[in-house]
Amino acid sequence: MNRSIGRVATVLLVLFGALFVNLNVITLIQADDLANHPANRRLIVREYELPRGPIVVGEDAIASSVPTDGTLRYLRTYPDGTRYAHLTGYYSLVLQRSGLERSLNEELTGRPTEVVAQNLGDLLGGANRPGNAVHLTIDGEIQAAAESALDGREGAVVVIDPRSGAVLASYANPTFDPNPLSSHDHSEIRDAWDRLRDADDNPMLDRATSELYPPGSTFKLVVAAAALERGEAPDSLYPDEAVYDVPQTSADIGNFGGGTCGSEETISLADAFRVSCNTVFARLGVDLGDEDLIRQSERFGFNRELPYDLSTATSQIPQELDAPATAQSALGQRDVRATPLHFALVAASIANGGELLRPHVVANVLSPDGQVVRGPDDGPWTGVGNDARPISARTAEQLRQMMIDTVQSGTGQAAQIDGVEVGGKTGTAEADRGPVAWFVGFAGDDAAIAVVLPTEDESATGGGVAAPVARQVLEVAVDRVGGR
Amino acid sequence: MTARGREAAAASRSPSAAGLANPRRIEARLLTGAVLLTALAGMLLGWSESPDLPPAAVITGVALAVTAIVAHITVRHAAPDADPAILPLAFLLNGIGLVFVRRVDIAAGTDLAATQTLWTAVSVGALCLGLLFVTSVRPLERYQYTFGLATIVLLLLPIIPFISAGVINGARLWIDVFGMRFQPGEVAKLTAVLFLAAYLARNRDMLSVATQRVGPLFIPATRHLAPVFIAAIGSMAIMAQLRDLGSAVLFFGTFIAMLYVATGRVAYPMLGIVLFASACLIAYQVFSHVRVRVHIWVDPWSDVQGSAYQLAQSLFALGTGGLTGTGLGFGRPQDIPFSSTDAIFVVIGEELGLLGATAVLIAFLLLVARGLRIALTARDEFSTLLALGLTVTLALQTFVIVGGLTRLVPLTGITLPFISYGGSSLLANYLIVAVLLRISHESRAAARGKPEPAQPSAVRRSAARQRASIANESTGRIPTQGGDT
Repeated sequence: MNRSIGRVATVLLVLFGALFVNLNVITLIQADDLANHPANRRLIVREYELPRGPIVVGEDAIASSVPTDGTLRYLRTYPDGTRYAHLTGYYSLVLQRSGLERSLNEELTGRPTEVVAQNLGDLLGGANRPGNAVHLTIDGEIQAAAESALDGREGAVVVIDPRSGAVLASYANPTFDPNPLSSHDHSEIRDAWDRLRDADDNPMLDRATSELYPPGSTFKLVVAAAALERGEAPDSLYPDEAVYDVPQTSADIGNFGGGTCGSEETISLADAFRVSCNTVFARLGVDLGDEDLIRQSERFGFNRELPYDLSTATSQIPQELDAPATAQSALGQRDVRATPLHFALVAASIANGGELLRPHVVANVLSPDGQVVRGPDDGPWTGVGNDARPISARTAEQLRQMMIDTVQSGTGQAAQIDGVEVGGKTGTAEADRGPVAWFVGFAGDDAAIAVVLPTEDESATGGGVAAPVARQVLEVAVDRVGGR
Repeated sequence: MTARGREAAAASRSPSAAGLANPRRIEARLLTGAVLLTALAGMLLGWSESPDLPPAAVITGVALAVTAIVAHITVRHAAPDADPAILPLAFLLNGIGLVFVRRVDIAAGTDLAATQTLWTAVSVGALCLGLLFVTSVRPLERYQYTFGLATIVLLLLPIIPFISAGVINGARLWIDVFGMRFQPGEVAKLTAVLFLAAYLARNRDMLSVATQRVGPLFIPATRHLAPVFIAAIGSMAIMAQLRDLGSAVLFFGTFIAMLYVATGRVAYPMLGIVLFASACLIAYQVFSHVRVRVHIWVDPWSDVQGSAYQLAQSLFALGTGGLTGTGLGFGRPQDIPFSSTDAIFVVIGEELGLLGATAVLIAFLLLVARGLRIALTARDEFSTLLALGLTVTLALQTFVIVGGLTRLVPLTGITLPFISYGGSSLLANYLIVAVLLRISHESRAAARGKPEPAQPSAVRRSAARQRASIANESTGRIPTQGGDT
């Protein structure tokens, strides 16, 4: 029997050997993947053991961690939840994180450098190191003005400081309350999530940064910029037609409401811009050619991922356009799409003399003892094959003046503010659901703005609906920024 | 000259006295180590809970020390020549178990550690009584059919109305007696091995003679094989019915190993593997829960929040633990289902890391090695087969649950011997230890009683074997006195 006992022993030894090898593979080779697996709750529970840093606007925390009596020691709360929801995002046990809570997670937890226990005392006593505070460039009053100007209507408002690229307001309707999603109660999270997910109007979508709209006539900014860059002048004259006969197609282009744009045979570029003349800009687009149009768009940042503290959608223009598509694209239709954030940035680049800046919403990150962990992600937006100047200073100045004229005596008059040099461009894009009303502009050097209001009201126009919203917000912005 | 040198000199002067004292002295030292280690671990855990050491953290250690002393004194009297490593290893594993059951208590807000401490006392009490009253294992051989019947009854108890605790966690394995929950299948492991050891020892000669041929294999007459197969397959069928697949694998593996050792014929394990493979295939086709288990094993990541939750949590725990672990008290056993019972090994792995988990496995391996050694040196077939069967049970049980939790084999629920929370499991394992202690005492005492103590045991054993088989041929029975001349 001894020999067979020996063999049984060998088999058992092999089995245990397999256990040892397998255990080594799991705890050494696969350890990192397992420890950081999204379904591994340990990470998030450990995070809840330390107070997460606040997200601060001005003096007020718009997201902060308050102590609880539960196993999860801190609860994330958002005092003005809906107003800032698309910025802060939520911080959830079940749904993980979104918004700045996600993109600035490392800063907010204080990881990776600071959370490591320094000594046994920390480990046993439970080091109570809060995360870093994230201070935003957002101005609370401008943000509130954006919220009240939209007055519950679907849409988005983005305000940028043209001198720095700092985002002063970024608000979108519909919005959501991040508080129930960040609750410690699973069923509360689930209920809130189910409601938001099933809602028809998609309240979790940040229309300011993540939704692409056809820019409509606001895209004439880009067409005009391309023409001016090629040597045309604001007083260059173009035939003033009621209908532009688009090459290669029978689908011709007429003006908004029919008729011609002026009373003469010809019309200047500045006037065509001021009254948003479709026939002139369709012709201009075709004359420039798709190559010039696309190149100018891309210099403004189309087809390039926007550098931002949050994830954004990328404004788009096709890489190649035939003549009919070029004509329609020149009017901001067809396959041209843009985000409000991007167009606020374009307006800022015109207002600041032609420099495209990196938009940013984080002013700085401060450690609990007040030290700057990192500053803003600012500066010029340079990219592959692009300097940060999409247009020359001269073109910028010419466009600026054309936009001021538009608010003075053109389609954007509803945006006028007494004693303030407001410039802008309106747009009314055709979309499946109804018109998308736009206003893109600036108030002096203080603020650049983009307002978008997708409506189902067929009579809505950019000048009629979006420009008044812009005025309301810019009034506050001028007050806030000018008063600094 | 050092104290140790003088001791050695003394030992060489009176070899018989030294031989008598040594195993128990070694055992006392090892036990002290085992108890101190686990008591310290318990205190460390207490400190992780609060800087003022909670009394419960100390009580467990004290209770373990008291039971260890009682067990040691009993062994000194009842089995003075027994293997010195078995009892300390059992106490080490039991102590680690108590610490980690308390660890899970802290996380879950339960109080299982107190119950488990009580069960430790009861189990060690049973071990002592067993050693005191069963002074030799060989008389047990006569009760083979009693054990066979007991096995079936124990396995069937959970489906008897009134005492059945019903279906718990998808299996029907528990009974409620006097308000206590008991898993009779755990004790059935012991009775089944007792039955098989007795039956095989008596019939091994007949089972060794191949009279018929199946394919390339020669196997003995069907009538000799029938009872064992009926018993084994019957037990397995019952367990398949009770949805206790882990135990079914355990029984079958033990059975095949014992059959092989009894007969020395490779045909049995071969046949066993074929049978096992076909049983697996059939189970896969017939039982949906078996299919689910296999799918989880193949791809746990497709349903992490659902069917694969336990396996995924186990792997997360081990992965988070890494080489050195999170530290005692700093893991998250509350995330792991069945953390105090089936999955306790990964709680250890998370908090003590690869190093701690390896240490625990080595303790098991040492226990298995001692068990196999006892099987090798036992003085008759019954004792050999008994020691072997119990050791293989212990080893396979460890393999099935640790392998399952680490995704080496499909996960089936079964306790980790000595460590998992559960009174019946602990009781059964201490009874196994009692039997191993008794068998090792008998062979060593017999060896010591020999006129030539220096004679190698293998030679002596083969002589005993010859006498036994001669007696066997003449009487048809294994001689009751064996090699104890």
